[in-house]
Amino acid sequence: MQNPSEQIRDPLLIAESWMAEGRDVAIATVVETWGSAPRPVGSHLVIDEAGNFEGSVSGGCVEGSVIAEAMDVISQGTPRMLEFGVADETAWQVGLSCGGRIKVYVERLG
Amino acid sequence: MDPYCLKKLNAERQARRAALLLTDLGDGRDRVIKEGDPVAGLLGDAVKQAFLSGRSSVAEIEGRAFFLNVHVPPPRLVVIGAVHISQALAPMAKIAGYDMEIVDPRTAFATPERFPDIKLFAEWPQDILEQRPLDPYTAVAVVTHDPKIDDQALERALKAGCFYVGALGSRKTHAKRVERLKVLGFSEDEIALIHSPIGLDIGAASPAEIAVAVMAEVIKAFRARGLQTARHLEKTA
Repeated sequence: MQNPSEQIRDPLLIAESWMAEGRDVAIATVVETWGSAPRPVGSHLVIDEAGNFEGSVSGGCVEGSVIAEAMDVISQGTPRMLEFGVADETAWQVGLSCGGRIKVYVERLG
Repeated sequence: MDPYCLKKLNAERQARRAALLLTDLGDGRDRVIKEGDPVAGLLGDAVKQAFLSGRSSVAEIEGRAFFLNVHVPPPRLVVIGAVHISQALAPMAKIAGYDMEIVDPRTAFATPERFPDIKLFAEWPQDILEQRPLDPYTAVAVVTHDPKIDDQALERALKAGCFYVGALGSRKTHAKRVERLKVLGFSEDEIALIHSPIGLDIGAASPAEIAVAVMAEVIKAFRARGLQTARHLEKTA
């Protein structure tokens, strides 16, 4: 459910306005969750080439890592699937403190 | 993501229409599907299910992984009548995730004291519904018992294709209402979309119990809304 304040900070509207300003933009989307996950499937984080971001995919746990990956995606153009969670501690330096697992799809806009 | 898809998706969302962004996770290609757009095969079934449930998910279809990100407008509930039932309904609607508002031109009824924490408009339905139009993701319940007020809202709710239209009143009251709506030019099929007597039949007696029955009926209509919404979208396309 969107409340008015969420509508104002709507990541997809922000991505569109950034694009209109000529900024390069990546969109990260939660596509799957297992167990306890802070943000539901379909949630977005949008990132520009300077590292500015709006929205969230985990409520703060993995955003730093997603933003770093997003910068690569913006420069290279190929989408990536990222996976975070306690089960992947060897693969990823960051995880979800809540114990869940999430898959995040990161793609460039355009 | 295709910039054109983003623009189209945002336009649909801002117009309070349901839309789905379909992304092929293999090659990253995407497209926007509007509710009611024909999509064939297993993918079509997954799309239909996503619109009905409002839940986004990954679907594996014939060896390919697709992400279906569904954007359904938050459901609204417009109640015509600042009466006892509405007082009980307001907190229930909030808990169930419905954005509820009340319209009643009778200023003695529509007071902030009786209705704290809810959008309240002490105006005639025809005026307020002009500024805040009804749409297929809005439910309308008319409960004033006053045809002068109720009929204005019913007329607009039927024309807007609201997923739920309910009207309080006995069978006798409703029979008279049906006659008035016929005079306004509504067909029997259109009039039959009105839920009356209002609420699921749970033997509700008190205003609070009627509110429970109304809320349940609204939820039921929302989860089964597929057909009616599609019909309306076809008509307005």
